[in-house]
Amino acid sequence: MDLFSKVMGRQTSSSKSIAKERLRLVLVHDRSSISPQLLNDLKEDMLKVISSYMEIDMAGTEVTLSQDEKSVALVANIPVIKLNRVQCGR
Amino acid sequence: MGQVIVITSGKGGVGKTTTSANIGTGLAAIGNKVVLVDTDIGLRNLDVVLGLENRIVYDLVDVTHGNCRLKQALIKDKRFENLCLLPAAQTKDKSAVEPEQMKELCGKLKEEFDYVIIDCPAGIEMGFKNAIAGADKAVVVTTPEISAVRDADRIIGLLEAAELRNPTLIVNRIRPRMVKNGDMMDINDMIDILAIELLGVVPEDEKIVISTNRGEPAVLDMNSWAGQAYRNIAKRITGENVPLVSLEVEDGLLGKLKRILGFNN
Repeated sequence: MDLFSKVMGRQTSSSKSIAKERLRLVLVHDRSSISPQLLNDLKEDMLKVISSYMEIDMAGTEVTLSQDEKSVALVANIPVIKLNRVQCGR
Repeated sequence: MGQVIVITSGKGGVGKTTTSANIGTGLAAIGNKVVLVDTDIGLRNLDVVLGLENRIVYDLVDVTHGNCRLKQALIKDKRFENLCLLPAAQTKDKSAVEPEQMKELCGKLKEEFDYVIIDCPAGIEMGFKNAIAGADKAVVVTTPEISAVRDADRIIGLLEAAELRNPTLIVNRIRPRMVKNGDMMDINDMIDILAIELLGVVPEDEKIVISTNRGEPAVLDMNSWAGQAYRNIAKRITGENVPLVSLEVEDGLLGKLKRILGFNN
């Protein structure tokens, strides 16, 4: 039977692990229920904090959720215009 | 005072009605007073699964609208006199009943019965809200497919939001051979992902089709695997400690399957 199952199955990566991985990812999104509004609020709060340490390009800032094969990440792309000398030494 | 248990899933076609019929009949078979309530208004089916479709006079909507007394709408089962069905209306829609009315109805039913089993419609709209309104406990049914597990996850979230904490899980239609070959998610995968307690595992079984054809729940068929699984689930609901189907027991099932197919190890 073992030989039989080896011959018949498991030649490629199992479809079960593909299902599990896809399910995990889709649930991260479903469960987080992050609305565009929430993401925008988060972005404004982050910018407020960061701008007291350095001068940043508010208009050029992007905050998004991104996913690769294994995980989901919060990605913030914040162009820095100038470091604020007085405060950056704190 | 009895207990109101809602059987729900989110996704359609995973076996809510079959599960409700078998759990209800299984509980009645071991001596409990049970009423099955079909809340799938407009798409009723619990009556045919139980083989009681020819006895319907009044339904759930008649009761909540006061067209008849509750007792008049309860249909006695053919096999067990301690088992009743309250059928759904077929000609109305889900908005014909309000959650408050369901709460009141469940309150009345649990004074009379040990177990009130509510068969919930698919979806997360009005029908779902009605079905869970009067429930004390929830059982989530899923199959080992991405779409069903995803919807189960959503339902678990909604149940918790509605203060129905700690729902339990039934994994339906599992195929041990596909699990063994790595082509179907196993029980542990699903428990891991959904993070809820397992109530039971029901194997895929052709006897379910036959029993539904006949209107006789498989739980009464001593030769049906699925029937055995439902008998165990019914016992667990009453608090009896029946070991859960673990991997070893799955091997047992698999061994049985191998024997049937002629592969002796």
